[in-house]
Amino acid sequence: MDFLSSSDFWFLVGTSLAKTIFLIFLVVLPMVSYTVYAERRVSALIQDRLGPNRTGFPLTLLGFKKDFSPFLGGLGQPVADAVKFLLKEDFVPGHVNKPYFWLAPCLAMIPSIVTLAAIPFGSAIGDVKLVIADLNIGILYIFAISSVGVYGIVLAGWSSNSKYSFLGGIRSSSQMISYELGLGLSAVPVLMIAGSTSLSKLTDYQIANGWLLLPFTDGRLTLSEVLLWIPVFIAFVTFTICMFAETNRLPFDLPESETELVAGYHTEYSSMKFALFFLGEYTAMIAGSSLIVVLFLGGWHLPFVPSGSMGGIAGWFWGIVSITIFFAKVAALLFLFIWVRWTLPRFRYDQLMKLGWVYIFEIALVNIFLAAGILAFAKF
Amino acid sequence: MAYVVPRPNLTWKEKLYLPSIVAGLAATLKHVRRMLSGQTKVIMQYPEEKWDSMMPEHYRGAPTLVKDHKDRERCVACQLCEFICPPRAITITPEEIPSDSKWAKVEKRPKHFDIDMIRCIYCGMCEEVCPEQAIFLRKDYAITGTTRAEMVHDKQKLYELGGVFDGLVHKWNKLK
Repeated sequence: MDFLSSSDFWFLVGTSLAKTIFLIFLVVLPMVSYTVYAERRVSALIQDRLGPNRTGFPLTLLGFKKDFSPFLGGLGQPVADAVKFLLKEDFVPGHVNKPYFWLAPCLAMIPSIVTLAAIPFGSAIGDVKLVIADLNIGILYIFAISSVGVYGIVLAGWSSNSKYSFLGGIRSSSQMISYELGLGLSAVPVLMIAGSTSLSKLTDYQIANGWLLLPFTDGRLTLSEVLLWIPVFIAFVTFTICMFAETNRLPFDLPESETELVAGYHTEYSSMKFALFFLGEYTAMIAGSSLIVVLFLGGWHLPFVPSGSMGGIAGWFWGIVSITIFFAKVAALLFLFIWVRWTLPRFRYDQLMKLGWVYIFEIALVNIFLAAGILAFAKF
Repeated sequence: MAYVVPRPNLTWKEKLYLPSIVAGLAATLKHVRRMLSGQTKVIMQYPEEKWDSMMPEHYRGAPTLVKDHKDRERCVACQLCEFICPPRAITITPEEIPSDSKWAKVEKRPKHFDIDMIRCIYCGMCEEVCPEQAIFLRKDYAITGTTRAEMVHDKQKLYELGGVFDGLVHKWNKLK
């Protein structure tokens, strides 16, 4: 009771709220809408087109002299899309199961936002660590919550009462269950090397010993690090592949597969309910990329950039720099997601299952023993 | 006769898939690079640049009515185009030319001539069937409107789009 009435408690509540609002509303949601924009522009560039390059900000409506269309053009497109989604008719077909039909978009959106809580997205500002909830089982929490996301898709497919949505929902559930195993097992070598499941401890380990994927970032390279790099690289590849499957991105987008299932599980959805599925998918992409950054790419760390744990102006400055570094890495991974999507064709369903159960699962399992062997015997 | 297509024997490198995925990624990145450096030029900025100058002579755009060089309407309201029109876009109300008129021998002219551009499929059957060469498909292709009523082209609009068309037409010849 002493703690609850102390000023420390209110400081904790206040900073947590501030971090949550900052992360969700000022970083992730804008990032989601501009990822959609980037997706359209990059896909256009890959296909020798231009993409949306006209929508600016109509400042003339607000009484300014000129419209504002910054350097690339089309930067107002996400805003226009959001306004369009909000103003469209929210049509609920008569044949759907209404309670679940309403619940499904929320269940698709909420888990992907909630997973962001455990991710250390920056170093610190003064005494405040830049992670909303510094859980000591952070990675387990993320795996547990992100697998709840499948309920949104399954419920959407089932409650829509349409054959396309139903097939999409079934495919999605089997796909997510299969790849969850590979995802969890690929992360195990990393956890063994760092000796912790706390994501901020993982970041600290990588600051002290070099990023796991690039072990020379701490300025030295030992033989055991080179040996350990092999299982880490295998884990990185399998983890990234599983993350593609978890977020329903191509080449694993069988739940949606436009060519065969119209739009898959969200065929019957319109307006903001559809937008919630869309936002959920892209937020899951950002959460997944953040997890890859924390596990393999050193989190918010960049060599020679200090942590913002000193107080005052310098603390604020380096804290914000670390947030920028983190989300720059995330953005690079998001580019990889987009790039892969517009390069590879979709897998056939049996190929997808075979890849998940026969290859990824086995490789991840053997990789754990490989990493354990190197950790046990290679002491150089 | 059915025959068996032998499965190709993949090398271990091909079975790994990853090299070909990397090759594919390199190929798409090449396109991005060529677009960004301006080497690819396949784009026409539509509303500003149009392909009108490149349109062929036989282009089938919006159907229009034409007048001859003496500003007389060619249409004799025979209604053949109305009957041939596959989507029934054309509606003609014929009118008799009064007997005291100079051209009473022509007998009929259209009182109303409406083409519903929402229905029109630009097939050109009306142009083919017209015995008086009065209806032509011109090169207008961007037919827009904000209401359904606006999308129905009446006689005045059709003549406006069609303009004047020279050529031999028998009905104005007094000897024929």
